[in-house]
Amino acid sequence: MPDLAPLWLSLKVAGCTTVLLLLCGTPLAWWLAHTRARIRPVIEAVTALPLVLPPTVLGFYLLITFSPTAPFGAAWLGVTGQTLTFSFTGLVIASALYSLPFMVQPLQSAFESVGKAPLEAAATLGAGRLDRFLTVATPLAARGYLTAIVLTMAHTLGEFGVVLMVGGNIPGRTQVVSIAIYEKVETIDYAAAHVLSAILLALSFGVLLLVYTLNRRFPMRAG
Amino acid sequence: MDLSLDLTLRFGDFILKLDETIGLRGVTAIFGPSGCGKSTLLRVIAGLERGAVGRVALGPEVWQDAATFVPPERRGLALVFQDARLFAHLTVAGNLNFAAKRAGQSPGFSAAEVTRVLDLAPLMQRRPAQLSGGEKQRVAIGRALLSRPRLLMLDEPLSALDAARKAEILPYLERLRDEARVPMLYVSHAVSEVARLATDIVVLQNGRVTLRGPLEQVLSDPAAVPLLGVRDAGAVLTGRVIGHDLGDGLTTLALSVGQLVLPGIIGAVGVALRIRVPAQDVILSLTAPQGLSALNILPVTIVSLVSGQGPGVAVALRSGEDRLLARITRRSAMAMGLHDGMQLFAILKATAVAPQDIGGGEAG
Repeated sequence: MPDLAPLWLSLKVAGCTTVLLLLCGTPLAWWLAHTRARIRPVIEAVTALPLVLPPTVLGFYLLITFSPTAPFGAAWLGVTGQTLTFSFTGLVIASALYSLPFMVQPLQSAFESVGKAPLEAAATLGAGRLDRFLTVATPLAARGYLTAIVLTMAHTLGEFGVVLMVGGNIPGRTQVVSIAIYEKVETIDYAAAHVLSAILLALSFGVLLLVYTLNRRFPMRAG
Repeated sequence: MDLSLDLTLRFGDFILKLDETIGLRGVTAIFGPSGCGKSTLLRVIAGLERGAVGRVALGPEVWQDAATFVPPERRGLALVFQDARLFAHLTVAGNLNFAAKRAGQSPGFSAAEVTRVLDLAPLMQRRPAQLSGGEKQRVAIGRALLSRPRLLMLDEPLSALDAARKAEILPYLERLRDEARVPMLYVSHAVSEVARLATDIVVLQNGRVTLRGPLEQVLSDPAAVPLLGVRDAGAVLTGRVIGHDLGDGLTTLALSVGQLVLPGIIGAVGVALRIRVPAQDVILSLTAPQGLSALNILPVTIVSLVSGQGPGVAVALRSGEDRLLARITRRSAMAMGLHDGMQLFAILKATAVAPQDIGGGEAG
């Protein structure tokens, strides 16, 4: 039995990334679904970039941005006392950017399909903005949330390039399961690679099966 | 309570512009052809159209002016949309409860009363997707009432329904008018609904108010003929049931002068009934007619004669306190020598009053 630590680390990164993206992706998706601002297509394109960009490209830019010699990396180091490169926090932030479209697009199309009509009805019945969002928009967009959460987790679990560029391959700290598998193969430890791969395969399939079962309508657009 | 409006709203080349104070009592119908701005007007009053410029106030409370914009949730009104807009994730009970939890302070129906008046009890556990169009509208009306609005606005609540469903809901709306203490703004493009429900009418055309006043006055105004359409124009009368002829199946109504006999056994003795008399179904006679099959002959005085485009003349008539409108050809008017103040007789065919146009007027 191989060391399962990389698997737990992957799950931890995926969990933290999903929570972070729920918090940041919801307002972004809401804004994209409702705004009439001219800048909207620009923001949409930026949001969708990780879908088409090679992970190494994104990882490369993030590595440079996170570096303690770059302004952002230096500021982070100044405030928290830790570097972002080759750290768990860095992994989560990089994963969040890489998985952003998987959270934002299902939510955006869910909010768009909820539309203004039920929100206007709620407003005329005395529900304020936050009330309307929590008691009308969110439950009506529940299937979009399910899709977004599951896709974000699954996508984060499976990532390789960005993580390798930003986090490296430090066992116990930044060695996630996909990288561990790569390493097992490189060192011709096929038995361990088999076990980890099979677990990841089963996990991914199970997760996707759950989504398709619970959510026949698949509201992803560009993904 | 007055609703004062001084507004301009542009949508491309459509402009809604009005400066009116509407005294709210009973049902104020906002009537007009499709696309005249009726629904938009309700949305502006509700605070759902941010693009509107001007002033909206209910009594002393300013909802919108240059410095103020009260959001819809704090206006204390309710809007029943054309498409019901029930919350799909909640049951009927959940939808009603949503409104009740956020209800205002105004007096109004209790949950039990709303359930009874709109007959909602059998629907409570159902989801909106499991309701018929008529049921959805009943729930939407109930939900709006439970929010205890100071003003209830209904945007063509019957337009999406077929004739049978309309006939099913209209009595509920009449009960609302007669039992609820909430003033209503009722948008419609159907003369039959307006004639049945309205207390006052505001006629909107191309974004402007072209006619307004009490129902009986507006519908008997010759100026209304082109607005309502020749076929739909006609006065509304209110009479009191004074007897039934069970053998012949007839109901006798007392008007301010004279009586009307209607087919069918309608209402109990003493009940006020509203009836509609289409202008094209009124025949005028210089002498008291005899030997006619028509049962209803009223003595009338001509108030005014208005020639329209085409061969018709609209004749405004008064019979005691009641107003009637007749539409005859210009040739007949000339031949009979009709003029203002002339006294003559109006013959109404009792069958001309269609059963669905007979509604209960305000009792008392």
